[in-house]
Amino acid sequence: MAASCARTVGSLFGKCGTCSSNINTITSRLSRQICSSSALHRKNLAAAGPEKFTVEFIQKQVEEFNIGKRHLANMMGEDTENFTQEDIDRSIAYLFPSGLFEKRARPLMKHPEEIFPRQRAVQWGEDGRPFHFLFYTGKQSYYSLMHEIYAKIQGLERQQDRLRAKGLLSSDAKPLSLGSSRWIIKEELEGIVMETVTDHDYQRFLQLMERLAGLPQAGAEGAEGGEGVWVLRFRQQLEAQASRQAVAALQADAQGRAFSTAEGRRKTSNSSVVLRDGGSGRATVNGSELLSYFPVFQDREQVMFPLQFAGVLGRLDVEAQVSGGGRSSQAGAVRLAISRALLGFLSEREMENMRQAGLLTPDPRVRERDKPGQEGARRKFTWKKR
Amino acid sequence: MSQRSVACTGAQVLRHFGDLADQWQPDWARFPAQFYPIWQHRHWQRCDLLWVGTLASMAARVLTKGIWALCNPRFVPVGCSSHGHLSVAAAQIKSPQIQADINATDKILSQPLETEDFFRLSELFSLKDLFDARVHLGHKKGCRHRLMQPYLFGCRLDQDIIDLDQTVEHLRLALNFTAHVAYRGGIILFVSRRRQFSHLVESTARDCGEYAHTRYWQGGLLTNAPIQYGPGVRLPDLVVFLSTLNNVFQQHVGVRDAAKMNIPTVGMVDTNCNPSLLTYPVPGNDDTPLAMELYCRLFKITVNRAKDKRQQMELLHGLMTPPPPPTQSS
Repeated sequence: MAASCARTVGSLFGKCGTCSSNINTITSRLSRQICSSSALHRKNLAAAGPEKFTVEFIQKQVEEFNIGKRHLANMMGEDTENFTQEDIDRSIAYLFPSGLFEKRARPLMKHPEEIFPRQRAVQWGEDGRPFHFLFYTGKQSYYSLMHEIYAKIQGLERQQDRLRAKGLLSSDAKPLSLGSSRWIIKEELEGIVMETVTDHDYQRFLQLMERLAGLPQAGAEGAEGGEGVWVLRFRQQLEAQASRQAVAALQADAQGRAFSTAEGRRKTSNSSVVLRDGGSGRATVNGSELLSYFPVFQDREQVMFPLQFAGVLGRLDVEAQVSGGGRSSQAGAVRLAISRALLGFLSEREMENMRQAGLLTPDPRVRERDKPGQEGARRKFTWKKR
Repeated sequence: MSQRSVACTGAQVLRHFGDLADQWQPDWARFPAQFYPIWQHRHWQRCDLLWVGTLASMAARVLTKGIWALCNPRFVPVGCSSHGHLSVAAAQIKSPQIQADINATDKILSQPLETEDFFRLSELFSLKDLFDARVHLGHKKGCRHRLMQPYLFGCRLDQDIIDLDQTVEHLRLALNFTAHVAYRGGIILFVSRRRQFSHLVESTARDCGEYAHTRYWQGGLLTNAPIQYGPGVRLPDLVVFLSTLNNVFQQHVGVRDAAKMNIPTVGMVDTNCNPSLLTYPVPGNDDTPLAMELYCRLFKITVNRAKDKRQQMELLHGLMTPPPPPTQSS
């Protein structure tokens, strides 16, 4: 009876192996009857989530790291006080040379902050009361942000009502200027809020921000200027495409003629071009005339097209050096180099026109590798039915 | 052994069994059971059934005494002395300071229970205030919930009118209970799924230092809390529903979940709501902004008053050092 009692109690309390020893002390000299299969002991490890580290453990690791850093500096005979992370990496690579290809498998000594995953700090105090008033919603930062946005909207609307009641509402107040920026994307919002944001939540967030930004007084100065600045925190500036183009500067040679240099690549060809001003429109490639270097009309057309497009055919002299690749890719490389060198002679608008024409875009196409089990890059071996 | 709900921790009872408690704790006792009363209730029911036999009957007697003893903390020494070798060393020498603190805390906690309306909350509102805030207006006759029939005064031109006499009484009880929970440092969660009043409810909760949930209710919030929030989380001790329906006019999931987790609930029930699962239902209008503002104001004042009273009592009984006087700024 007592033995069966022990076994039923054991099965109730289940997984702990130590429970049997407790029952021994209580029942004093009941033999260990619990025999459970391994199926009972198997835990769902995946459900537990990533391994959690306590704050004390991380602190201990940090102390050990700092002490180890000083020891390492001593070993290398360097200054213990100003031993940076690069010095640590260098010393470890010297002391523990590793031939492993995978960089993450090599010996490593980094600050514990970079090694152990960041844990969310405990959200409640000693008495168990959570710190944030929206803790029980599950997404406290996101919902408190929504709360704040709505509070601002209400504040602005009330202010408008007050002004309208006094008759001071000015109709020329314009909303925020949002021309050159875009709303942050969902990933950026997740980064701000540090919580998972679903698509639906993101849509709601955008709707609320649009509503706030659309209010008439949102862009005005004074107290509302705060709202405008606050809203811009959630916008990203868009950069104009053409302004990112690097323009080769014009230089002057001994005779005072302006010239500019640029480089271009296509497939495996590399080209470097010097454009000189005040010439008669002659073109030289690798020391020889254009006609003799590029006998094919198509190549000459490719080389001359940027000059024809910009309308400077008779004005600029071309001096090109090209190597590598075949005739067509060399022509493409020279063309790109000429287009880039031409930017120094042109205005912004003409540069934008050239960009739209595709003259400034490097051609990314390179030869595709051959794959095993196939004739070439795409061609398969002949298929035989039997 | 009767299957009554136990208002003390399973771990405390286990401590009476001495080395059993020292060496091992079951899963459900690792989380203090006052936060999971349903767990300890279910397990103690099962334990009742299992503890049969020679050892079991002795343990059951001990268990009964232990639970009874813990529910009446004054009688703990009496209960302990009869357990013999199974009890933990009852002769724990407590320093007089700790004993005095325990006495003071007992007095602080028991004193409000002696008076009927200790926090004088009946002064906060009158029937006329409720009438002016249009609390008596219900929905149309077709929307009426059958169980709300007793709370109705009548029906005029197809619109239900709520009996404000009953409302006053229920609201008084509800506010009194809320005040007592706040006095004892309980966590109060304000819940409402009305988008119109979401901001108001959240601001109310923030202003009185409590918590709010006016957003999408994730299923396991109360019933699966240690997985969702982390182990050791404390659940709310009271849930106040400022509107018991959700956006599709069904009963809010929180009502059922709080009942499952043995968490008392206070709720403003309109004529289309089901009052049966709420501990303190308060029949009243939940659609008018004026009525909602009145409720929020009442709850805020109640909670603040109760917390201030607690601070006063602690100062009075010398448990708390008074805060330093504010520095004069010239």
